Amino acid sequence: MVELDSLTYAYPDGQTIFQDFSWSARRAEAWAVLGPSGCGKTTLLYLLAGLRQPLAGRALIDGQPLLRPRPHTGLILQDYGLLPWATVRENAALGLRIRTFYGPDGKHAPDEFQPGQDVDPWLRRLGLDPFIDQYPGQLSGGQRQRTAIARTLALQPDLLLMDEPFSSLDAPTREGLQRLTLELWREQALTLITVTHSIEEAVVLGEKILLLGRPPNRTPTVVENPGGADPEFPDSAGYAAQVRDLRRRLEALE
Amino acid sequence: MIKRRELLGAVVGLLLVWQVAALLLNIAVLPTPLRVGQAFLQELAQGKLLEHLLASLWRVAASTALAVLLAAPAGLLLGQSSRLNRFFSPLIYLLYPIPKVVFVPIVLLFFGIGDFPKIIIIFLILFFQILVLVRDQAAAIRPELIQSVRSLGAGRRALFRFVYLPASLPAILTALRQSVGTAVAVLYVAELFATQRGLGYYIYLNGSTLFNYPAMYAGIVALSLMGLGLYFGVDWLERRLCPWQAAH
Repeated sequence: MVELDSLTYAYPDGQTIFQDFSWSARRAEAWAVLGPSGCGKTTLLYLLAGLRQPLAGRALIDGQPLLRPRPHTGLILQDYGLLPWATVRENAALGLRIRTFYGPDGKHAPDEFQPGQDVDPWLRRLGLDPFIDQYPGQLSGGQRQRTAIARTLALQPDLLLMDEPFSSLDAPTREGLQRLTLELWREQALTLITVTHSIEEAVVLGEKILLLGRPPNRTPTVVENPGGADPEFPDSAGYAAQVRDLRRRLEALE
Repeated sequence: MIKRRELLGAVVGLLLVWQVAALLLNIAVLPTPLRVGQAFLQELAQGKLLEHLLASLWRVAASTALAVLLAAPAGLLLGQSSRLNRFFSPLIYLLYPIPKVVFVPIVLLFFGIGDFPKIIIIFLILFFQILVLVRDQAAAIRPELIQSVRSLGAGRRALFRFVYLPASLPAILTALRQSVGTAVAVLYVAELFATQRGLGYYIYLNGSTLFNYPAMYAGIVALSLMGLGLYFGVDWLERRLCPWQAAH
């Protein structure tokens, strides 16, 4: 479903991040992308979101080269990306409003887009109905991220990209949202790609883990994580060994 | 937020001090508030006070509208494009702190009599204030916010409608609040020259030519009320248009 084909990307200052890099993920897989800061993992996500263009090679989704953000891809960022001047409901409805604003054109909104969809079921599902008329400044971090998730899911994505989505949240909130994410991943048959610097989070959220090291990244290092994509994994026997193994591999990449 | 009752208390206190001072001094150049109040109503009903007030108000309103219409888009443009901003910021840096009131004689020489030069002067004050605040506000929008709204399908037009426009509203209102006092002060100065309409002219005429001090004070009260009204108006707009700011 997702494919990087001999992709090369460099920052405007000339530093090469990906050099002839190829990697792919299948539909409905849960991937974690793990690496130290500065390894290019956020850049990878932005390339997959169509927000950056490669210098050479291609980023493909469903065989189509990505030239701009794709209507069925959802993006969740660490800082939530909510409009401070809009209420929870208005924020959650933003994606639908943008689609109505352009109308179905296949570019900003999918051709089959029907205006008049409602975000309220998603807000209820994510436990946000007591807060619908509040502004992001009045919410906790976890509630803000739930709002961002509702906004994305209302657009019926098939690919969900997340960049350090829960890094600034406290542990119980983070675990709650990881559980929710995996529940939605299964239920909506999403392809899930989570970028994180946390080994523990990668192990919980990824069935497969893509390791990135010091740039330029040339060949992907993929670690199978059969116990992953399961919120109960930290309680099981293999968890500690998997975390240790990943830490060793990460150190080797530095 | 100052409560209405506290505000009323301050008004009564000021009037009291004025009354006592007027009674103690007992001179023609300081009439009592009661006498001024009478003159105010009288001038409003029979004299030309209302006409002058409306002339001044029109000048402020026209220059405010002009400043918002030109400065807000320019500020948004500069805030979005770091290249444009680098090009223009030395110029703005240079012009912004100059007290625009010194341009009064120049503008009058160039544009002569009538409303236009007065509107231009107030416009200059408001323009730079709005330009700078909107520019900084637009530049302060976090790139992550832009990226996540783009990922929802927003192109240039939707970004403008859903991000840049609402983000610039509080900046415009803050700029207006900060400069409305200066604008009214400069309007007064500008109306001393080359006009026979406006509160500045009215106050000067009654004070220095007709020696009608109660009428002069009535003019000052009218100008003060106009300044206050504009300030409260901006406050009211801010509460209506930017409710999220009060909610924090």
